[in-house]
Amino acid sequence: MEDIVQHLTPLLKEVSGYIFPNEIELHWGLLIVLYPYLTGLVAGAFILASLVKVFNVKELQPTYRMSLLTALAFLIVAPLPLLGHLGHPEKSYEIFLTPNTSSAMAMFGFVYAWYLMAVLLLEIWFDYRKDLIMWSRKEKGLMKWIHKLLSLFSSDVSEKAIRFDKKSVRVITIIGIPSAFLLHGYVGFIFGSVKANPFWSSVLMPIVFLFSAIVSGIALVLLIYMIVTPMRRKPIDMLCLNKLASYLFYVMIIDFSLETLDFIHRVYESEESIHIISELVSGKLFVSLVVIQVLIGMLIPLGSIAAAKIFKLPDELKKLIYFVAAILVQMGIFSTRWNVVIGGQLFSKSFRGLTTYKMTFFGLEGFLVSFIILIMPIVILYILFKLLPPWDEARQQVT
Amino acid sequence: MNILKILNFTNQSQKRRSFVKMFLLSVAAIAIPGRSGSQEKPKKKSGWLLADGYDATEHLWGMGVNINDCIGCGRCVAACKEENNVPRLPFFFRTWVERYEIEANGRVSVSSPNGGYDSFKPELSDKQTIRSFFVPKLCNHCDNPPCVQVCPVGATFKTVDGVILVDSDYCIGCRYCIQACPYGARFLHPVTRTAEKCTFCYHRITKGMSPACVENCPTQARIFGELKKGASPLVRFKRMHNINVLKPNLNTEPKVYYANLDMEVS
Amino acid sequence: MISYWKKIPEQAKRLVVLAAILLAVFLVVRPQLVPPDFGELGHFRASALQDIVAQPIRYAGHEVCTDCHEEVAEKKGNSYHRNVACEVCHGPAAVHIEEEETDMLRIPRGRDFCIVCHEYLSSRPTGFPQIVSESHNPMKSCITCHNPHDPTPPEKPKDCAGCHASIARSKMVSHHVYVPCVRCHDAPDEHFTNPRMYHPTKPTKREFCGGCHASDDPSVAGIPQVDIDSHGERYVCWQCHYPHLP
Repeated sequence: MEDIVQHLTPLLKEVSGYIFPNEIELHWGLLIVLYPYLTGLVAGAFILASLVKVFNVKELQPTYRMSLLTALAFLIVAPLPLLGHLGHPEKSYEIFLTPNTSSAMAMFGFVYAWYLMAVLLLEIWFDYRKDLIMWSRKEKGLMKWIHKLLSLFSSDVSEKAIRFDKKSVRVITIIGIPSAFLLHGYVGFIFGSVKANPFWSSVLMPIVFLFSAIVSGIALVLLIYMIVTPMRRKPIDMLCLNKLASYLFYVMIIDFSLETLDFIHRVYESEESIHIISELVSGKLFVSLVVIQVLIGMLIPLGSIAAAKIFKLPDELKKLIYFVAAILVQMGIFSTRWNVVIGGQLFSKSFRGLTTYKMTFFGLEGFLVSFIILIMPIVILYILFKLLPPWDEARQQVT
Repeated sequence: MNILKILNFTNQSQKRRSFVKMFLLSVAAIAIPGRSGSQEKPKKKSGWLLADGYDATEHLWGMGVNINDCIGCGRCVAACKEENNVPRLPFFFRTWVERYEIEANGRVSVSSPNGGYDSFKPELSDKQTIRSFFVPKLCNHCDNPPCVQVCPVGATFKTVDGVILVDSDYCIGCRYCIQACPYGARFLHPVTRTAEKCTFCYHRITKGMSPACVENCPTQARIFGELKKGASPLVRFKRMHNINVLKPNLNTEPKVYYANLDMEVS
Repeated sequence: MISYWKKIPEQAKRLVVLAAILLAVFLVVRPQLVPPDFGELGHFRASALQDIVAQPIRYAGHEVCTDCHEEVAEKKGNSYHRNVACEVCHGPAAVHIEEEETDMLRIPRGRDFCIVCHEYLSSRPTGFPQIVSESHNPMKSCITCHNPHDPTPPEKPKDCAGCHASIARSKMVSHHVYVPCVRCHDAPDEHFTNPRMYHPTKPTKREFCGGCHASDDPSVAGIPQVDIDSHGERYVCWQCHYPHLP
């Protein structure tokens, strides 16, 4: 009780206009910013992987397994911020046991389980099964048994079985694309369906979330590819990199168009909430929305990738541009999530005033925990790379 | 067959409810064994016999608020905090009172210092106020409650007598209901870490008493009563006044009815 | 069935078994964790209702007090405070009615409690008795003149501003500052003791204002004059001019 008084009392002075007395406490903080950010990376990375299998984009083959493992690493972490922000994390299992079917949030259990079990793990398993068997045959000790266990002690490497694997991967990918859309579209729906909040309530919200997810996912895989490949002392495949950058560029165009459409629509319809929202956007959200999200996170990367594509630049310069652009995109998408989650709570539902979000450093919902959660997928990804090397040269031939 | 059932149900229930919701519910009812379907479906079950002779299925509660009678003394706020052990902090309210001051130039200022718990101070400035009044606020106990719709686990629900309650033992503290409430009527209890809100003093009304805020209003600005009985002070109140609800455009169908509500109130 | 199972590729069989195990675990665990009464009355824990109904009551309700405090109840019942429940001033009494010797209720005696309701605020409805505490016998406790159980003022208010402070304030800065209220309003004596039942009169005709503002009488020199026949003839004066701040 004491700490909540200490946390909330100074905020009373920061309020401008009128907010409902219960609104002084901002309920969804940094952790809930992380949640759509992480799931967005998952969905984006998976959709990138699907391009290889479903649309046969050969250039992207080097990133296929990497994308899958990236998606998995981030998906494992994605529920953690949700768990951390709950008042009672120990009761979270109720969401699986007695889901309220009219609640978008309750669907999380199903969408997440479906995506993790039926899509991502299955696809990775079928894709790696032959390699797992071959590795475990060669290896000794712990690794041998880990790989054996991961392959579920499967041993059939006949041509027929491998054909079945390949077919399965294709089918799962085809199911996986709508599933990935579902996974992140539904995260958008969690916000977009709150009619009490005009900043969130928008049919475009799931779609905007989805495309920004794909943007962030592609940018992330691009970053990982550009960091990991030199670390392995291998040359970066420029064909692959250019292709990645192209896709990133196209999806960013769609994403930016959608966001602009949403903006124009709001301004044009000019509903009762327009005054408070414009006060918010031109005031407390100006830096994170206009400067970081739109200018630094969208326009500058768009412009620089376009420049790299138009002018015949040396490969080294291109790499630098792509790398910087991808980092800026990550910043931009993170602040997109911030602006939706935090921004949507900064104005009162009385539409008469603004409040403030004060981040804490310690505590479950503080900066430190969020930082750790953000680091975790990278650690998991490192372990996954060790257990299931995604590199082409690790692929095994049946002997 | 299934579709027919749905349509039939929609007709019977006389509720404005979207086809999509019914469809989702029925799909879910098939998909998840053991689920009991829509939670609003009134059920004549002994489970609704809640206290001595109180059969919830025979009641439907609502509240009327007459703005012209409210003196902004904040006794309702104080009584509510006392009765329901709401933290005595200026951040947590099951009910609160707002003061509106509308100036000749159209400027509107709203205030609710400590939720009106200590009443209000005489205004000092010389602003040209042309209208001014108090508005008590509380949970509207919506007939179409967005908070219940979004609760992921079934910890908040609508009773057959029309009251929205929170099961604090089952609440996981996700705060989606707080986001979904258009009226700011919910908060997270700082100690239990679960969602909390006005219950219409369910522990009192099931024993034939009125809610603490109504009991303690010195001017009878709050009228509590039955909605489906002819001889009820609330029905009379609704007959005698022009009635408004808060944010009617959101189709939440509140059961807190305001008489003489100003257009500026949101 | 068995022949069908044999046709399934080896790796698929392993997945089916794994999925079956997971499903079985879920089906076994679920009933253990879901409260047995969940879903009985709707998508919630039915016993939550009992938990909520069992919350202790603190405000005993106005009827109970009468049982012991008959005299006070009767006095209050005939006063302006008849609709003010005892517990508004004296606080929650549920414990007091069980342990009347030990749990004494509060008796607010200071000015600061009465003014919670009776301090003049422009937002308060017209006609509700209000005072400006700074000028209304500032050094005296309210209860020296008013019995809270029968708060009728000991003498009738000296001027209208006692209740109509908002109007008085407007009038104070208007050109009508020297026009006494009774020039326009005829207040019956009963209005001073029962204001909401007996209303003062209000002017009904343009000619009433014309008495001063359309007069040839030289004694009204300096008062704005209009030609009452041509000046806004379709309206009564107070549709445009607020008489307390014209």
